[in-house]
Amino acid sequence: MDFIRNFPLFTIVLSLFSGVLCYMLKPKAARIYTLFYEGFLIVLIGCVLFYVIETGQPFTYVMGEFPAPWGNEIRAGILEAMIALTFLVVEISSISAGYRFLKTDMDESKLNLYFTLVNLMTAALMALVWTNDLFTGYVFLEILTLTSCGVLIVREIGRTTLAAVRYMILNLLGSGLFLLGVVLLYNITGHLLMVPMKETIAELASDPAALQVIGVAVGILTIGLSIKSGLFPFHFWMPDTYGWATPTSAALLSSLVSKAYIFLLFKTYYRAIGIQVLEKLPIHNVLLVLGVLGMVVGSMQAIHTNNLNHMVAYSSAAQIGYIYMGIGLGGMAGYTAAMFHVMAHAITKSQLFLTTPRLAEVAGGNLRFQDLQGSGLKTRVAGAYFTIGALSMIGIPIFAGFSSKLQFALAAVSQSSDKKIILVMLALAVSSMLNALYFVMTIIRIYTPDGRTGRDVMVHHHANYHLPMLVLTLANLLLGLKSDLIIDLIRRGLEMF
Amino acid sequence: MKKVFDRFYNLIAVICCLLLIGVLLYAVSLLPSYGEENPRSVEVVERYVEHGLEETGATNIVAGMILDYRAFDTLGESHVLFTALICVIILLGKDKKNMRREYDSYYTVEAESYHLLQTDTIVRLVGYVLLPGLFLFGIYILLNGQLSPGGGFSGGAIMGAALIIFAVAFGFETVDRVFTEKLLKTVTFVALSFYSFAKGYVFFTGANGIDNHIPKGVPGAILSGGLILPLDIAVGFVVACTMFGFYSLFRRGSIGHDITFMDQQ
Repeated sequence: MDFIRNFPLFTIVLSLFSGVLCYMLKPKAARIYTLFYEGFLIVLIGCVLFYVIETGQPFTYVMGEFPAPWGNEIRAGILEAMIALTFLVVEISSISAGYRFLKTDMDESKLNLYFTLVNLMTAALMALVWTNDLFTGYVFLEILTLTSCGVLIVREIGRTTLAAVRYMILNLLGSGLFLLGVVLLYNITGHLLMVPMKETIAELASDPAALQVIGVAVGILTIGLSIKSGLFPFHFWMPDTYGWATPTSAALLSSLVSKAYIFLLFKTYYRAIGIQVLEKLPIHNVLLVLGVLGMVVGSMQAIHTNNLNHMVAYSSAAQIGYIYMGIGLGGMAGYTAAMFHVMAHAITKSQLFLTTPRLAEVAGGNLRFQDLQGSGLKTRVAGAYFTIGALSMIGIPIFAGFSSKLQFALAAVSQSSDKKIILVMLALAVSSMLNALYFVMTIIRIYTPDGRTGRDVMVHHHANYHLPMLVLTLANLLLGLKSDLIIDLIRRGLEMF
Repeated sequence: MKKVFDRFYNLIAVICCLLLIGVLLYAVSLLPSYGEENPRSVEVVERYVEHGLEETGATNIVAGMILDYRAFDTLGESHVLFTALICVIILLGKDKKNMRREYDSYYTVEAESYHLLQTDTIVRLVGYVLLPGLFLFGIYILLNGQLSPGGGFSGGAIMGAALIIFAVAFGFETVDRVFTEKLLKTVTFVALSFYSFAKGYVFFTGANGIDNHIPKGVPGAILSGGLILPLDIAVGFVVACTMFGFYSLFRRGSIGHDITFMDQQ
């Protein structure tokens, strides 16, 4: 067996160990260790990605001496490796770029605990990406829930504590519903590993009574994970959670945590239940409608709010809607678009959340629009990065957002039903217009001089801000310009998924 | 709109709950009765029950299942508690940011002296009688995880409860003489990293088809079940320390001896 096949295991076990290690380290050492460690993980996952592209075969890795269906298993394919790589690039960038705010938001003596949580979060993200077992998914879902609440409360101000309590209650509800779904599926199939479960479910699906039970299980599980990831009727927690968290946490929560839940849901659909069985249930259409509603409602709410961070958070709700719409469209084209958007949105949204506090900083620490006037002129670097992120969100060509919208449109026209084509095309048009409306308004606002000339505050940006921002911008351009390459890889990943 | 919603909020909540209950009951009513083709496939359960003893060396099949067959899940599970501890330290641990005057007086020993239980004869006496038994019982459950119901999580919980009773009956000052934050850090670090590396080693050797040289022992003896006993001990220590850590943090905002507080005295 090639040694590279061990790498997914290392990413999980070493991350767990790093979490415990950072508890022992001094704050400064913990930060440096975490940055180097994540760089190391990126190398590991890069190797896995090249390996699976080279061999053209996914591989499963038995955790211990007992093969499936008795023991645990993890699995790596092109899609998993790509998602994992995106997650880690975004994570390392967020930690580096948001550090200045973290230092002031949190008591210095506790900073190492933040990195402990970040490392545990990495372990959970990696496990959710690689897992081939539903119950492993649940266990690491719990760790992800706890760590995401932990990185939220570090600011220790009333608003974040309130947001964290609400976020935790909803998340626990989501975890509970997911667990109920898994229990029901285990009850009828007797398996927890995805491959044998899928086979048994395919057998059972011919029986109408069993199909109904599967339907209930899938429904509960979907509701649970869509609460956690913030699909339309459950997106009300997003503005407070993302808006008041420290910038690194906001970037981590919006770009990685919610995407990990979506990826787990997708994995459950695709690998544990099976698309053929899923097509007998109305789940695709429900997700499509909710996704479309989320796209429109999220954008409307983003227009109404008067706080920059809340606006970006509501735009997140809209973008989550896009992803669910892609899953709801179904078929190779729909899933490809959804997975592409998972990556595009992770990269863009973290860039926005890491830039808004810098714009606010030169505007007297305020995130209200009237105070932000001219802030893009006072700190041109942050203004430029914000503009890039915003243009990508709107869907301007050469940026990632454009490619993903194009993919959604292509997925829509490949549908057989006219109603779906019209619905999705209309939703894309309306949502893009609304996106453009509020983002362009913001860009104009931050570049309008506020009249107080001669008092320009030039904020000095450190290299540990420039470098991650450049990485994110480059990744954004890569997804935008080389989208055919990425799409081709995702398609190959989905074929072997 | 919001007013109308607020008025019907409770009603909507009740309807949602009833709906969920109804759907779940309906789903359960559709299941075939137990044992009759339900679950459809029993190969997993069969192997655990029939070959569990010889393959894991543990008389307690549940321990064999969670620490051997599905050890990866348990590896994650053992870190859940640690994560919770970190979150509680972040939120409740005293630091410059959350030190406020009211908060401070709330946590001082003077405030506690109004309800100092360690001056109460009954509590102390009960402590003297109960504690040795409790600690021994915890250790017994911890060490017998591979033989009988029990193991790291339950044994550790009993030991943690015993530590808490110890603190209640004899005061934090007595506990602080042995149980410091440094001890908690060291124990957690050693136990959890031992867990990660031991299990990582087993996963690595298992997947690569290398013999892992871990003796299974004679089933039924105390030294049996391969790695189950050491892992149980590691988990037990983490659970005990974490439980006491929670109590201490909720009670006074720090684990163990608090230096800043001593300075003020």
